[in-house]
Amino acid sequence: MSINQSGWRPTTPTKGNDAAPTFTGNKALMLEEALIFKIGDATTTGVDFTGFGAPTAADDKLSGLARTAPIGLPGLSEPETVRHYTRLSRQNYAIDLGLFPLGSCTMKHNPRLNEKMARLPGFSDIHPLAPVDTVQGALEVIHQLAHWLVTLTGMTSVAMSPKAGAHGELCGILAIKAALAKRGEGARKVILVPESAHGTNPATAAFAGFAVEDIPATPDGRIDTAALIARLGPDVAGVMITNPNTCGLFECDLKTISDAVHAAGGYVYCDGANFNAIVGRVRPGDLGVDAMHINLHKTFSTPHGGGGPGSGPVVFSEALTPFAPLPFVEKQGEHFVLIEEETAGEHHADSFGRMVAFHGQMGMFTRALTYILSHGADGLRQVAEDAVLNANYVLRSLEDVLHAPFAGAGPCMHEALFSDSNLADGFSTLDVAKGLIDEGYHPMTVYFPLVVHGAMLVEPTETESKAALDQFIGALRSVAERAKAGDASLKTAPHFAPRSRLDETQAARKPILVWKEPAPIAQAAE
Amino acid sequence: MRYLPLTQPDRDAMLDVIGADTIDALFVDVPKDARLDGPVRDLPNHASELAVERHMTALARKNTVAGEVPFFLGCGAYRHHVPASVDHLIQRGEFLTAYTPYQPEIAQGTLQMLFEFQTQVARLLGTDVANASMYDGSTACWEAIGMARRITRKGKAILSSGLHPHYVSVARTMAKYTGDVLDTTTPWLVPDMDIDRLIGAIDDDTSCVVVQYPDILGRIADLRPLADAAHAKKALLIVVVTEPVALGALKSPGEMDADIVVGEGQSLGVGLQFGGPYVGLFGCKDKYVRQMPGRLCGETVDADGRRGFVLTLSTREQHIRREKATSNICTNSGLCALAFSIHMTLLGEAGLRQLAEVNHAGAVAAAIRLSQIPGVELVNTGFFNEFTLKLPVEARPVVRTLADRGILAGVSLGRLYPGEGDLANGLVVAVTETTTAEDVETLAAALQEILA
Repeated sequence: MSINQSGWRPTTPTKGNDAAPTFTGNKALMLEEALIFKIGDATTTGVDFTGFGAPTAADDKLSGLARTAPIGLPGLSEPETVRHYTRLSRQNYAIDLGLFPLGSCTMKHNPRLNEKMARLPGFSDIHPLAPVDTVQGALEVIHQLAHWLVTLTGMTSVAMSPKAGAHGELCGILAIKAALAKRGEGARKVILVPESAHGTNPATAAFAGFAVEDIPATPDGRIDTAALIARLGPDVAGVMITNPNTCGLFECDLKTISDAVHAAGGYVYCDGANFNAIVGRVRPGDLGVDAMHINLHKTFSTPHGGGGPGSGPVVFSEALTPFAPLPFVEKQGEHFVLIEEETAGEHHADSFGRMVAFHGQMGMFTRALTYILSHGADGLRQVAEDAVLNANYVLRSLEDVLHAPFAGAGPCMHEALFSDSNLADGFSTLDVAKGLIDEGYHPMTVYFPLVVHGAMLVEPTETESKAALDQFIGALRSVAERAKAGDASLKTAPHFAPRSRLDETQAARKPILVWKEPAPIAQAAE
Repeated sequence: MRYLPLTQPDRDAMLDVIGADTIDALFVDVPKDARLDGPVRDLPNHASELAVERHMTALARKNTVAGEVPFFLGCGAYRHHVPASVDHLIQRGEFLTAYTPYQPEIAQGTLQMLFEFQTQVARLLGTDVANASMYDGSTACWEAIGMARRITRKGKAILSSGLHPHYVSVARTMAKYTGDVLDTTTPWLVPDMDIDRLIGAIDDDTSCVVVQYPDILGRIADLRPLADAAHAKKALLIVVVTEPVALGALKSPGEMDADIVVGEGQSLGVGLQFGGPYVGLFGCKDKYVRQMPGRLCGETVDADGRRGFVLTLSTREQHIRREKATSNICTNSGLCALAFSIHMTLLGEAGLRQLAEVNHAGAVAAAIRLSQIPGVELVNTGFFNEFTLKLPVEARPVVRTLADRGILAGVSLGRLYPGEGDLANGLVVAVTETTTAEDVETLAAALQEILA
């Protein structure tokens, strides 16, 4: 089943690769672009100035520290700048170009209303230290978003300031640490983390001074509940569990686990990276969770931006609420106030402190609130349903061609997991991924979770149409069949991308991290 | 719902393929009593684009827009003019809606941009290398302290009294958990930075000295003696720059032998946005690169020998090293780094120097004008685009009164250092290319009237 929606059908073999190389190195719309250090120079600028004249040397206040040596920053005129970055942009894959099935990353459509609202001057052009009476609308945005997050998760409070998911994890773990210290139980040094967890989980726990111990998994891809409960004791501070987990499965025993952890004196941290599967349908608070971060850039559609900025608010249970970090916003009568070090006072004296300058990712809060108001409670529930439906559709449409290790046990949540176990000898997940690039897709998440050999984790999200899914399924099926048949051309894929496979070993062995002027070539004597 | 393409016939057909009767059958693994039977209660249902726009616009209108009033706030976030092309380019969908460039063959746009960004940042800070960005200046500062601990295997950090108090606060929070000892104090309203105090405090247990340049009061100093003193005790010098435009006029920290230089890059390309998202800058000497936190982009070649870029040295990072990683950081601030890089490319060296000159000239003029007000003293001898005034009365109520008159006058030290009586009269005033001579005159006249 291969659906080519454009209607175009190849009639003769493509000759692109036989054509003579071009003078420019370009291939029609596939454009090479030089570095700014090659095309710009230190005297060109794309900015004109008005304003105060320069002080004369006699009256500058630079205390003799004026910069004299050249900095080495090339400049471009505005047209050259626009062209440089536009040409670069065309070498990127993006959600706007097509389905982006990256598991655990929730690459859903980013509505442009979010961008427009974040750019209202009343949000984009206000200073974080402006008198609070002049920024009441900003504090109200934070307060409204906080209300939605707390209500959707069934939790007690939320810390808005963490800058990204991993920063949110740190926030939750530090709250647990503070709560234990308050109870005089600093001897609890162990955090239990499943083998399938994101790498940030153990890194975060280790940063906070905890020893990390693995929780084993059962053959059906879930936590071994009995083993976990058996390990609980006076040295265990808590658990970090991703739910739905990174195999795309709901941890059905989470409530049982939470009860056992609480009974043993520990806390439950939930990695909320996969909240998109359950938003509006399940409240983590009902499962006994004490802290969970929410990636606004996943579930709530703020753009990934080629690697950030993210935003990772953390919702807390009643038990951990007193330890939440500063600052936060409170409504007092009709007035919104910012609770900072100064005003934390007696009823917030247990806060573990500040994690970041100012108040968090305001630009992401306006986008996330816009998204949430657009969907409403009913729309968010539909988000989870469609995300889960799309993932199960992919799973059932491909399980005959790709090995799906947990498909026999029942439905998946919002992502479908496959392995490389039935590919031809010598063919791996990497080859399938690179083959998908030639089909015009960003690959799925590969080699994660670590618990499955050659994992391929596909998360289509709810913003894909059935037609888009059918085309993707056709493409992945075609690539998988080639990998099973031992098609050698897959080993050198991608063939049609701006670059073929890049040498990562060389990059790491002798790192070139900044551009350096090439050494002048000695002029040959003539 | 306008963002959800599936139709009900689609859903039914897909359930058929799956072999499920209803959507509920797909949630069978959720324990029954945890399944909500309808939308979450007490929350409104979906709304049209127009309705949401009205709601958000009404909230935005409740804020005083910096660009619409005389505006003098700084202290770690600065209002600069961002050229229109910057915001246009970062909204190209291929940048805005791309992911972290883990598949380099189809992410060369982001990767080449990061390589250019790293080079621009390294040159600006005067370091050998720089990473692909951090969350912001405050978290970059803390990460630098942790990096110094790993390099020196010592755990005592000496923080300048002129380091932004939020940055100190972040370090204090984190140090509680890592066991680092922090030597901190609040600043004094005196003309000079506390370089001598810092030099005196360095001992054999010191991992690093952290100094902000220009500091929270806008002061500047030659950091070379501090670098020498730190190196004599095998400690590192960490320099924090919260206003990168300053480095268009001032010697770079690297030129003064700083080992690690971190900064807040918001000034270039990124608006004020009430404090975030911003972009952390992080540079260091070559020899420390393997102890750096965060993502790094490096040059390499593809199978056909063409130059290309990849994320590299990831064996430092959490997704490979897990609990042994240099940091738990995963996301960086990619889109803000792009904005920074585009703005820097538009400026170029000539433009950056001009921008810095305009900023400094404006600040000098404002400092002269404001210190002519009876009872108002200029604290600084040296500064770039930000300076501290000592008022004859507490500054905080003055700032509030001026705000009521539609003037955002600066940051009162009472706001940053509550309870520190000696600092209560301090007012930090920032002047950039967006400040006009009329703005300065409006502030001067109002301040004079209030103090009279």
